[in-house]
Amino acid sequence: MNIGTIAAAATSPGIAGIGIVRVSGNKSLEIVTNIFKSKNGKSLAELAYRKMYYGWIIDPENEKVIDEVLVVYMKAPDTYTREDIVEINCHGGIISVEKILRLLLDQGARLAERGEFTKRAFLNGRIDLTQAEAVMDLVSAKTKNSFELSLHQLEGRLSREIETIRQNLMDLIAQIEVNIDFPEYDEEEMTMDDILSISREIAQKIEKLVQSSETGIIYKEGLKTLILGKPNVGKSSLMNYLLNENRAIVTEIPGTTRDTIEEFVNLAGVPLKIIDTAGIRNTEDIVEKIGVQKALEKIEEADLILMVFDASKELEVEDLMIIDHIKGKNVFYLLNKTDLKEMISFDRLEYVKKELIRISIMNNEGLEEIEKKVRKEFLSGKLNIDNDTIVSNIRHKNLLVKAKQSIYDVIASVENGLTLECVEVDIMDTLAYLGEITGASVKEDLMDKIFSEFCIGK
Amino acid sequence: MKEDIRFLAGNYDIVVIGAGHAGCEAALAAARMGKKTLILTMSLDAIAMMACNPNIGGTGKGHLVREIDALGGEMALITDASMIQFKMLNTSKGPAVHSLRAQADKRQYHVNMKQVIENENNLDLKQAEAIRIDVDGGKVKGVLTRTGGYYKTDAIIICTGTYLKGRIYIGEVNYEGGPSGLFPANALSQSLKDNGIQLKRFKTGTPARVHRDSIHLEKMELQEGDSDIVPFSFMTESVNIDQVPCYLTYTNESTHDIIRQNLSRSPMYAGHMESVGPRYCPSIEDKVVRFFDKTKHQIFVEPEGRDTKEMYIQGFSTTLPEEVQLLMYQSVEGLEDCQIMRPAYAIEYDCIDPTQLRRTLEIKTIENLYFAGQVNGSSGYEEAAGQGLIAGINAVLKLNGREQIVLDRSEAYIGVLIDDLVTKGTDEPYRMMTSRAEYRLVLRQDNADLRLTEKGYDAGLVREDRMGKFLSKKDQLEKEILRLKGTIITPKPEINVYLMELDSVPLKSAITLYELLRRPELNYKRLTNLDVNRPDLDKNIITQIETQIKYEGYIAKQFKQIEQFKKLENKKIPENLDYNDIKGLRLEARQKLSKILPDSLGQASRISGVSPADINVLMIYMEQKKRMKESDE
Repeated sequence: MNIGTIAAAATSPGIAGIGIVRVSGNKSLEIVTNIFKSKNGKSLAELAYRKMYYGWIIDPENEKVIDEVLVVYMKAPDTYTREDIVEINCHGGIISVEKILRLLLDQGARLAERGEFTKRAFLNGRIDLTQAEAVMDLVSAKTKNSFELSLHQLEGRLSREIETIRQNLMDLIAQIEVNIDFPEYDEEEMTMDDILSISREIAQKIEKLVQSSETGIIYKEGLKTLILGKPNVGKSSLMNYLLNENRAIVTEIPGTTRDTIEEFVNLAGVPLKIIDTAGIRNTEDIVEKIGVQKALEKIEEADLILMVFDASKELEVEDLMIIDHIKGKNVFYLLNKTDLKEMISFDRLEYVKKELIRISIMNNEGLEEIEKKVRKEFLSGKLNIDNDTIVSNIRHKNLLVKAKQSIYDVIASVENGLTLECVEVDIMDTLAYLGEITGASVKEDLMDKIFSEFCIGK
Repeated sequence: MKEDIRFLAGNYDIVVIGAGHAGCEAALAAARMGKKTLILTMSLDAIAMMACNPNIGGTGKGHLVREIDALGGEMALITDASMIQFKMLNTSKGPAVHSLRAQADKRQYHVNMKQVIENENNLDLKQAEAIRIDVDGGKVKGVLTRTGGYYKTDAIIICTGTYLKGRIYIGEVNYEGGPSGLFPANALSQSLKDNGIQLKRFKTGTPARVHRDSIHLEKMELQEGDSDIVPFSFMTESVNIDQVPCYLTYTNESTHDIIRQNLSRSPMYAGHMESVGPRYCPSIEDKVVRFFDKTKHQIFVEPEGRDTKEMYIQGFSTTLPEEVQLLMYQSVEGLEDCQIMRPAYAIEYDCIDPTQLRRTLEIKTIENLYFAGQVNGSSGYEEAAGQGLIAGINAVLKLNGREQIVLDRSEAYIGVLIDDLVTKGTDEPYRMMTSRAEYRLVLRQDNADLRLTEKGYDAGLVREDRMGKFLSKKDQLEKEILRLKGTIITPKPEINVYLMELDSVPLKSAITLYELLRRPELNYKRLTNLDVNRPDLDKNIITQIETQIKYEGYIAKQFKQIEQFKKLENKKIPENLDYNDIKGLRLEARQKLSKILPDSLGQASRISGVSPADINVLMIYMEQKKRMKESDE
């Protein structure tokens, strides 16, 4: 059971200045080496252990910087678990920690079970018997709750959706097994074409769930929202309005070295994470301040853009430039200062005109329209957060990704002309991964299904 | 006990009760491993009787027979000597699920097995009904027969099949009876109960036997055997016989109407039978009721042997009254004028709850008492034989103070079978199916010898001749694989032309023969022209090589899973562990574990009601104990 390299957040998920992600197991050095770039250019494996190094966590797929961090490698056996341990000190809050965790899992680590670091510490002889008792309590506490957890932790919809997919797979497998185990009976033969088309359907469904996990995690982390507009259109007033009263979930999480400040607000039940508020606070034009390239990056990253116009002034090049840059994004066009004499005209921008929300932040007018639109767009509109099944848990997402891989293996095997019993292995894997999410076992269900749905036997 | 003993009948190392498929394997194994063995049977004419279908093998079952053979058992050899038709099933699928099946001549099978038993040194065969087992101080001491004979023995293997308190049901009629018109064994059940053994009641059924001359075989589909007969036993060079065909026909709506009209006369539907029957072996009334939208069901007509006109009507088992049986049989095309020689019946019998057994098949509560076959809640000749063999081997190993054989789920179908029975128990007679095995691609019938011969040899059952033949095969196989891996084919024009003729993509760079064989369109035989220096190899070695190459990726995957599986399997749990001592185990887990007494964490993890977290707790507890012990030393 003491298998593999495990990773987990060592700090609690609340708000804090730093977060620590801990990795333990014989591959921990290798795994972190793959995603860590130190300031002095050396790889983690070349650096001294038990010393802390400054650098960045990089996504090896696209070389993107995930976070700046301090990393320390502790060599076995003089560690908490008596295994190789790497600890990554990153920015606090959930976002950075989860991103790094996801990277580690991609690299081959496994999400630690509750109490698993301590369990390893015990099994590897690091802690004594009394401490071990506590570990057992911890593990057994998990047992007592596990049933409830599996019911409550999951969105009902998700488990229903997965159950549907599992049932489809189960039908497929039962048929295959009947074909294999009772070849002399006149039960319909499952053809490779059937398997292919069913697998493709299932792959699509799983794919959708995996994609939704992106959405789901957005939902959990907040919609990345960018407020744009030329200087003095009311960006900071809008910001302040959004942040007022009970809306703020989290006020500042200042990064230790970055000037970006992230704000979380709850708007009509949708969490927004307002990014790059620094520029807005200084009421400086973000395009000017960080240059076009940087601005474009921010726009690219945003899930939602609040574009603010000044009704009392005519449209200017700067407005048009911004409009041009945010084409194709999810944009709310807000016409502010409608309490003043209106000078602006959108004659040549029909699509903007149609979407305009007229507000006056000064007079507190029209602002509820923003909420309405948020509700419309995100609670029942395009993103469909409420109706689509959402995966917001990394463990589930990982299992879904594995299930997806397995079902694609099924498709590949069929296409490569492999025989039924090989194809079945991958179908079984898919089923097992999905079962791990909902906690269902395959074997017994399968036997029941075979016997209840097929007329076989002497 | 004392007052019932009329005479001391003999001293044996091992007494086997029952001479069916389990009993015969158990007794032969025990005797061949050097123990003075007695086998008791209710009737000398019923040794290795095939009380139901006239075939050996089939999916999963064929695998079992191959495994029995590799371990040194008898079933495959007897089958090769008694078969009248052979078929390899599932040939449209890959080699892992190819299954051998033979139609056997029932009489011949019985005669052949009886002769082997009669000729075995160390083995005495007697017709007697065991009515009591003598247990003293938790240990086996002797067996008492109905005639008052007492056999002193060190170990007993109980293989009573469906005889214990057998009761026959035919429509409204029911009476005490054993299988196929034989007597039931009514006394032994009580003795088992008196020794604290829990019994359950199962049922099974068999269709009618019909006179061949009364069947219009010409109206039915002919089902012939394969032209190429693959012997079951590794030791059989070839089987040369004139094969006998089987026939296929179907029920129809009028058959189904007759059944529906008479349903209330079936003891099962009328509620007179409360025992559980197997789902994979439903009676025709079950099929008609449960699958009401099916307009016809298959009926296979199979000869019971060469020298008999009895035909087995597969697919037509029933508990309806005899006169209704005739009506419904005669409603089927080809059976219009059929004459029933033996009516279909259901039999209800006592079996034990197999979770009382260890994976060695010894019962946990009484030393040296083993159980095998249908009495353990299984079904089928092959399942019985597999258990009988393991029980026989283990009884000897136990008496010799050696470690007993426990095959795990990654080693053999026999392992899957026994592990399922003793770990999970069963609610219906248990039949082997390939889908019960997790590592199907590794547990093939073609590699049973590679998997198990050495184990059989180490146990002392496999003899030198088999071992010699096996080692030579293994050696040829390994050498050939090395040769294929070392033979490089270069992209010469003449080679590429040849490949293109075979619809295979021409080579761009040099490649080994081994890699080339991975291509689905190629096989060993088709590459003959590219590989002039190949040795002359046996057909099954070639199949073996091809299978290994084609499946390689999947086999590697399963091996990885097996490695994980073995980690838990190798964590042994001491039998005297008191689960009530373990803080953190849930009550249900505690109860289940105390009942099953798993021998390893792996087995524990398969008990229903024991969760992964319970296994964690258990693992930590064991480690704790181990350390305490170490620090004491």
